[in-house]
Amino acid sequence: MIRNPGGFENSLFDEFRRMGQELDQLFGSGGWPSGIRSVARGSYPPINIGSTPEQIDIYLFAAGLDTESLDLSMQQNLLTIDGERRPITEEGADYFRKERYDGAFHRVLSLPDDVDPDRVDATYRDGLLHITIQRREASRPRRIEIR
Amino acid sequence: MSEKTGVTAADTGVSRETTETERPIRPPVDIFEDSTGITVQADMPGVSRDRLDIHVDNDTLSIEGRAEIPVPDGMEALHADVRSTRYKRSFTLSSELDGASVEASLNDGVLTLRIPRREEHKPRKIEVRAG
Repeated sequence: MIRNPGGFENSLFDEFRRMGQELDQLFGSGGWPSGIRSVARGSYPPINIGSTPEQIDIYLFAAGLDTESLDLSMQQNLLTIDGERRPITEEGADYFRKERYDGAFHRVLSLPDDVDPDRVDATYRDGLLHITIQRREASRPRRIEIR
Repeated sequence: MSEKTGVTAADTGVSRETTETERPIRPPVDIFEDSTGITVQADMPGVSRDRLDIHVDNDTLSIEGRAEIPVPDGMEALHADVRSTRYKRSFTLSSELDGASVEASLNDGVLTLRIPRREEHKPRKIEVRAG
């Protein structure tokens, strides 16, 4: 069943688009203040991070990844991702373009302090690595009754 | 509020990213040739088979795809390297390539296209006769 590509799920992705536009407007061409562990834009693999009161969602856009080479670890709120992407190169063929990333990568992501390192879930599908980390119950917003 | 007012956004002098809400990503490619044809490999993470569109129109080969990103309801973005779910790139084929016989496969977000040479264009060794 093919879902409408312009439909519901795409509108949720708009949130990433909107954020980029807002940051560009706020900080202009000088760029926004970058995290101390952040890497240059254009580094492999591109990463998106989203937050809800329940969880943090991390998306690594890493096609053709050998999941065996992937190493994820968490220490408090720091998520470390190590991996390797080695495209199969054809011996004896003449290459006109080699734009795809070839090599190892290392990223450290500083996440909100209330993430629970014991409740991490990662799936790899169609070249997209999706990591979900639950937040601790206590820090979720609670509705306060007014008596 | 409105995201689609591209013209006015350009007038305010903000970055050009604001002028187009859905600017497609140009997927990185490897292209190589051997004696039987050309192979194109493109990174299109998040794209499944049913969201991929490859077509050959005259001598133009176009690749298009739409990534499916599972985003939870009410999510707030903290970081966004990727701001589009659309991929698009096209190439001009030369006449010795057989655009009608392109074969495609998709594996973990890597698209592989095999564009064969026309039979009559397969390389032949040319003998040099002794004068």
